[in-house]
Amino acid sequence: MSEQTPPVEEMTDTAPPSQPATLHGCPTETFFGAEVVHCNRDSYVELCKALKADGYAMPVGVTGVDYLTHPGRSLPESVKAERFEVVVELLSLRQRKRIRVRCQVPGDDPHVPTLFDVWPGVEAHERETYDMFGIRFDGHPDPSRILMPEDWEGHPLRKDYDVGHVPVQFKESPK
Amino acid sequence: MSDTPTNPARRTSLLDKILGRVQPGGEEMAGLLEIKTDEGDQEMAPRQRTSAREMWIESGTTVRTGEGPRLDRMDLDVEAPEDETMILNLGPSHPSTHGVLRVMVELDGETVLRSKPVVGYLHTGMEKTGEELMYHQGSTNVTRMDYLSPFFNELTFSLSVERLLGVEIPPRATWIRMLMSELNRISSHFLWLATNSADIGAINMLVYGWRDREMVLSFFEKVTGLRMNHNYIRPGGVAADLPDGWRDDVLALCEAIPRRMDEYDNLLTGQPILQRRLQGVGPVDADTAIALGLTGPLLRSTGVAWDLRRDMPYLAYDDVDFDVIVGTNGDCWDRYAIRFNEIRESVRIIRQIADMMPSGDFRVQDKKVTPPPRNRIDESMEALIHHFKLYTEGFRVPAGEAYVPVESPRGESGCFIVSDGTSRPYRLHMRAASFANLQALPHLARGSLIADTIAIVSTIDPVLGDVDR
Repeated sequence: MSEQTPPVEEMTDTAPPSQPATLHGCPTETFFGAEVVHCNRDSYVELCKALKADGYAMPVGVTGVDYLTHPGRSLPESVKAERFEVVVELLSLRQRKRIRVRCQVPGDDPHVPTLFDVWPGVEAHERETYDMFGIRFDGHPDPSRILMPEDWEGHPLRKDYDVGHVPVQFKESPK
Repeated sequence: MSDTPTNPARRTSLLDKILGRVQPGGEEMAGLLEIKTDEGDQEMAPRQRTSAREMWIESGTTVRTGEGPRLDRMDLDVEAPEDETMILNLGPSHPSTHGVLRVMVELDGETVLRSKPVVGYLHTGMEKTGEELMYHQGSTNVTRMDYLSPFFNELTFSLSVERLLGVEIPPRATWIRMLMSELNRISSHFLWLATNSADIGAINMLVYGWRDREMVLSFFEKVTGLRMNHNYIRPGGVAADLPDGWRDDVLALCEAIPRRMDEYDNLLTGQPILQRRLQGVGPVDADTAIALGLTGPLLRSTGVAWDLRRDMPYLAYDDVDFDVIVGTNGDCWDRYAIRFNEIRESVRIIRQIADMMPSGDFRVQDKKVTPPPRNRIDESMEALIHHFKLYTEGFRVPAGEAYVPVESPRGESGCFIVSDGTSRPYRLHMRAASFANLQALPHLARGSLIADTIAIVSTIDPVLGDVDR
């Protein structure tokens, strides 16, 4: 890491580019100052391998978003919106650049291939995403829950998973 | 992954056993959810029941197998016969695990063959809670995640919200944030110095570390009203201006801390016992560290000079001078030395901040984000309405998503927020540095002695509140 290029040039504004830009065949955009690549399940691993070859050596994190109650989010036209998104945040130390991969995952059969063979550091993050959203990562070496107990039912960060509440005695308290 | 209600492998709870229920949770729970879980144990299993890929992780050979054969560091007999090894639990309630970390190790005599951190004992669903709280309430929630560096949680949350809002905060707020962050880095490293020393037998330092941390925390109490969990850095600036006489307090800290550090240098660094407990223990190389997503002192110990404050500057770190401390061998000793000297660098930054602190507003004067001052509420109907609306409805944040990371004492800490245009985050995810760093444990502990494993866990410096959230 001795030679490093100067910092990235000024981040462009949130205005969408005039013509659809692509990176490795996947639509890309600058969204709130961050570079975002959209893909679906089929192009997911190929895209990530290509990004690793581009120098994105560090997997910063993998997480999910359940868009069940937020339809109509802003996406490039060529991307078909699905219920889940797997969000992968990547970092290139040499170029001092970040990129975010947003992979659309259908709600009726949520699974994506694992990125464990690309970056071993996604292992715990993918387990957490599985635990919280029920998105399965095919080929993950240890597909178990990580934060919730083993016998837990359901996936807490899904939008159809209720928050629950503890009953309180304000009105019904005995006189 | 297929699942039926009568799957015998399913674990039933105690209640299920008492009530004689076949279906965990009772019949009424069946069919409510699309996917049921039957992925099985989180624990480390005996070798016969462990897949080859899982063995890679647990024996710390992931990177070695992923990119072709590499020199086996310890030339370790990982294929030891089953009946000669023993699986041992360390934790979750063990003083050296710094919280409720449970480490399962497979031992051959006293040598660690495999290890696996089992986490989740402190999981309280804070990300789900974060979706229920409005943006102005959110900083009370996130500050409790990494409870040793609360300002960094608040900072990354506020920066992400401000990125979505598009507001620019006044310079004084930026510099106050920097001041508090650097002081927080010192207090966090002091606590690490205390517990790490206690783990490897230097009990004196335990007392000194806590004492000096308290020195910093009393300044926090003066500024924010609380020693920890401050809710001080908020979207739009900070909660209150620095109190009168803050500069004297800060300069007194800057006087005291370097002197203490010299004392601790005498006490610890030259001590042969400490050196032999740390030097050469738990080494990791740069490629492994990057592939595993390790950040902070763990990454810098391998020689990679990566510090977000310098490489992707946020706040006003462009305007201050400091050095990024790096190691060479990636062992526990380097991690010790890096944290030790980062305290000195933070003092250097704080001196510059005390000199260069600008005057002006401590929060943005945007009525939609910032509540009106208390005295205005008594005189102005409009201010009262603004105050009421802000605290009952919150402020709306444009739809979008943002991730603005900061360099916390433990590495890259970042808050990923998805907004749907309402006053509550649609999704709030904390990228916890401790969570990612803990993945290094099997790599570092491979082939070490069990006593070294304690030192390794200690120099990874996980905060379980951050890991489990």
